[in-house]
Amino acid sequence: MSGVRLLVGTRKGAFVLTSDGTRDDWNVEGPLFAGWEMYHLNASPADPDRLYASQSTGWHGQVMQRSDDGGKTWETVGNEFAYDGVPGTHQWYDGTQHPWEFARVWHLEPSLTDPDTVFAGVEDAALFRSVDAGKTWQELSGLRDHETGPQWQPGAGGLCLHTILIHPDDPQRMFVAISAAGAFRTDDGGETWRPINRGLRSGELPDEDREVGHCVHRIAMNPSRPDVLFMQKHWDMMRSDDAGESWHAVSGNLPSDFGFPIAVHPHEPDTVYVVPIKSDSEHVPPDAKLRVYRSRTGGNEWEALTNGLPQSHCYVNVLRDAMSVDSLDPGGVYFGTTGGQVYASPDGGDKWTAIVRDLPSVLSVEAQTLP
Amino acid sequence: MLPYHLRTLAGVDGEISLDAQERPTQRTVLDALEATYPVLRGTIRDHGTAERRDFIRFFACRRDITLDPADDPLPEEVASGAEPLKVVAAMAGG
Repeated sequence: MSGVRLLVGTRKGAFVLTSDGTRDDWNVEGPLFAGWEMYHLNASPADPDRLYASQSTGWHGQVMQRSDDGGKTWETVGNEFAYDGVPGTHQWYDGTQHPWEFARVWHLEPSLTDPDTVFAGVEDAALFRSVDAGKTWQELSGLRDHETGPQWQPGAGGLCLHTILIHPDDPQRMFVAISAAGAFRTDDGGETWRPINRGLRSGELPDEDREVGHCVHRIAMNPSRPDVLFMQKHWDMMRSDDAGESWHAVSGNLPSDFGFPIAVHPHEPDTVYVVPIKSDSEHVPPDAKLRVYRSRTGGNEWEALTNGLPQSHCYVNVLRDAMSVDSLDPGGVYFGTTGGQVYASPDGGDKWTAIVRDLPSVLSVEAQTLP
Repeated sequence: MLPYHLRTLAGVDGEISLDAQERPTQRTVLDALEATYPVLRGTIRDHGTAERRDFIRFFACRRDITLDPADDPLPEEVASGAEPLKVVAAMAGG
């Protein structure tokens, strides 16, 4: 029977949660890399034993890890992320220009076909690629060199490239998202990029529908319909039916259209999951009730999923990389909270169970479906 | 002598002995350390500039030598191996 491996990154180490296909009983291993911030771990779709992990602290900076045996052992790989050429400047919080400075790797996205190729989204926002299993990293500088680059400005969490989506049918096409610059697309394998933010409106900007400057929190797609994209923006749930050429709001009846993660059901491309959060500034669930909202209509009509989730006195957040789906049937949905709980729903969100409750604050959850 | 996280990363316990020339300096000791333990590259000094990371300091013979020039000779006690060069990570509360 196939199974699921959850790769969980936290503020104080990584945890690996495994279960068989029933997803009833879970084994919890960890912490790995105890004491380090583990922003993201991810697995190669081409080789289930190949894992990559981003490890960092404010003291010692960035370290990268790779496993070739499904997480049993790890090897430290290359951690030099040098911007291509003269880095230049981007806009700082106060509107002045600020040099690009590498801080950390936020997100890792392995190639769909080659286990040795992996993309890294970093802060200050840039996209790097390794083609030697993480030994060395090269910037795809066409993104940061876009003419709007000097206008990009960090959000409260930093100027981070946090979302990387690879088109499953056209490897030349990729989507990335940056807080607070917006969404970008390449159609030539990362050589050149252009903003895809038409239709986004952000009240935080003096020009609300400008080309860049939007605080996109996350983008998700179903691989069977890769040109339909769903976006959780700082405010607004958005949808694009044309690979990002244009966006329209599908917030509908959500109690708050602010939030961080978004996921699409593995087999139902119109079934979307979000976790509404009260904002600005509080970043806790509305009414202190932790509710995942599911739309089965591709947006606009949302239902609250509460079975098994705390419905009182709940003040956790769910961060942008902390929700994931497996590809089993029925499809499973998972998320982790800043309170250290990791919840699983093996039935697409109808019922939730806490796999583990008291981990360090969860930064990321990645569901790997095992053969 | 390395802080906890770097000892873990390098897979070592206690103090490390390095061969860092006859008149070792901060720079030659760190060069030798990184050559012996490549996983430590970038964790004490920046990859590109070789500048010390902000929350790292260097102590020797009960003195903070962090801001001494990187090419100044280390104290004789460190060169002889009688005293360690301590790589210290800043304390963090909370």
